[in-house]
Amino acid sequence: MADYTKPLPRPEDPELTQPFWDAAKRHELVIPRCRRCNAYFWYPRPACPTCLREDWKWTPVSGRGRLHTFTVVRQPSNPNFEPDVPYAYAIVQLEEGVRMVSNIVDCEIPDGLAVDMPLKASYDDVADEWTLVKFKPA
Amino acid sequence: MTMRGEAAIVGFYEMPTEREYPGRSTVSLLAEIARGAIRDAGLRPEDIDGIIGQESLNSMTLAEVLGAKPRYTASMTVHGASGSSSISTASAIVSAGLANYVLCIFGESRVRSSSRAVAATAAARVGGPGSRGAEWEAPFGPVIAANGGYGLIKQRHMFEYSTKQEQFAKCAVDERFNALLNPNAIWKGQPITIDDVLNSRYTNDPLHLLECVMPCSGGAAVIVTSAERAKAMPNPPVYVLGAGGPATRHDAIWQEEDVTTTPVIMSAPIALQMSEYSVNDIEFAEFYDCYTALVMATIEDAGFCPKGEVGGFYEDTDTTYKGSLPINTDGGQIAAGQPGGNAGGFRHVIEATRQIMGRADERQVEKSDLCMVNG
Ligand SMILES: [Zn+2]
Repeated sequence: MADYTKPLPRPEDPELTQPFWDAAKRHELVIPRCRRCNAYFWYPRPACPTCLREDWKWTPVSGRGRLHTFTVVRQPSNPNFEPDVPYAYAIVQLEEGVRMVSNIVDCEIPDGLAVDMPLKASYDDVADEWTLVKFKPA
Repeated sequence: MTMRGEAAIVGFYEMPTEREYPGRSTVSLLAEIARGAIRDAGLRPEDIDGIIGQESLNSMTLAEVLGAKPRYTASMTVHGASGSSSISTASAIVSAGLANYVLCIFGESRVRSSSRAVAATAAARVGGPGSRGAEWEAPFGPVIAANGGYGLIKQRHMFEYSTKQEQFAKCAVDERFNALLNPNAIWKGQPITIDDVLNSRYTNDPLHLLECVMPCSGGAAVIVTSAERAKAMPNPPVYVLGAGGPATRHDAIWQEEDVTTTPVIMSAPIALQMSEYSVNDIEFAEFYDCYTALVMATIEDAGFCPKGEVGGFYEDTDTTYKGSLPINTDGGQIAAGQPGGNAGGFRHVIEATRQIMGRADERQVEKSDLCMVNG
């Protein structure tokens, strides 16, 4: 894992998002959920984007979702992704309603991809400190 | 009270869109562009007392370069929409008496660099404010430039509405036809067919190369003044009858609730209401078209056809300058090129002005009094 050259997550507000990365390392998916209006939201922000209150908590979710849309990457913005081409850059909609950017793995690219296909979370331990939450066909 | 008809465009100038203007800087192009627009309006440089410019160049720098002493300056910072937004802002400014002659000016002399250098620059720019890009997007390897987002939109449109690749391709073919006789277009004189589009490589599936803009050099400017002053000037005034937006709801496309719906769903009704016209009255349109998927979603969201039916619309409608609903009559950005400095989106303003003034030569549309422009 020491030779992982792709960009690792660079949190600008580590206190806010560390619980997400800790959970990912345990291969669990947690999402911010507002205590007041019950809305899930993604990405993490100091205040709930539905009611603007700063009263939310990290909530475990199923990790199940659907492929909302995707594009097949052939020219990555970062050249270190070139060995992976073609790969799927996707928007995944979780059962709980929020949408995340991720990759679809364990899937033939592009022929195995279809909008709305069921997915489940797949944890990619890319570095000692970092596990990325990706998705695979369910 | 609205600003309906209170302001008008009274002169314009467009530099031909080229890959490069070797040996020339952005400010060198902008100085030439400003001079061209001022001359076209029958004004002198000292008459300009308002300047609205691009995101990448502080308008105070621009005033210094142009030797202007404006009473009002601003830079537009809404990306591709900056050019068209400058017109609503300039109209409000002259209506409010903050300036009499506003120069709206956009352009760039772009240096072509190796794809590797471009990739490195793009990688450094990935993502948006705060952690959204660096923490939640970049680790998953976004596509270079804006191609990724429009691939996502197109894919979802094809899923929800069964829109076909051939229908997207027709949009690119019509725009290319419109560019053929445009001396300022990068792809002038080079027709393409639907098969050419379908056989062009995927930049990122399902997006073909010939559905994407090419970054270019060039730029353009207009002069906006009050309707009262416009009456005494040499060109037929192009009145600003309504404006809405920029009604942006998000920065990243994946943050939009409905990825196939554009902010035009909000801005078009505002602009139409102010203009006191309906969408059925619109004679031709100049719509932001960095990708086929965007101009097509705009056609739906502006109300030219029901949501999801733009594929059939393109099969049934000739959108060339000879057609029943001409769209992007200069070729748009896809066929005429996307000059930097927000001048890509501004070319839609320029072409609308040119057509309404009756100066589009062989490309002149039959009915050219009422145009809808989206940036
Ligand atoms: Zn809330």
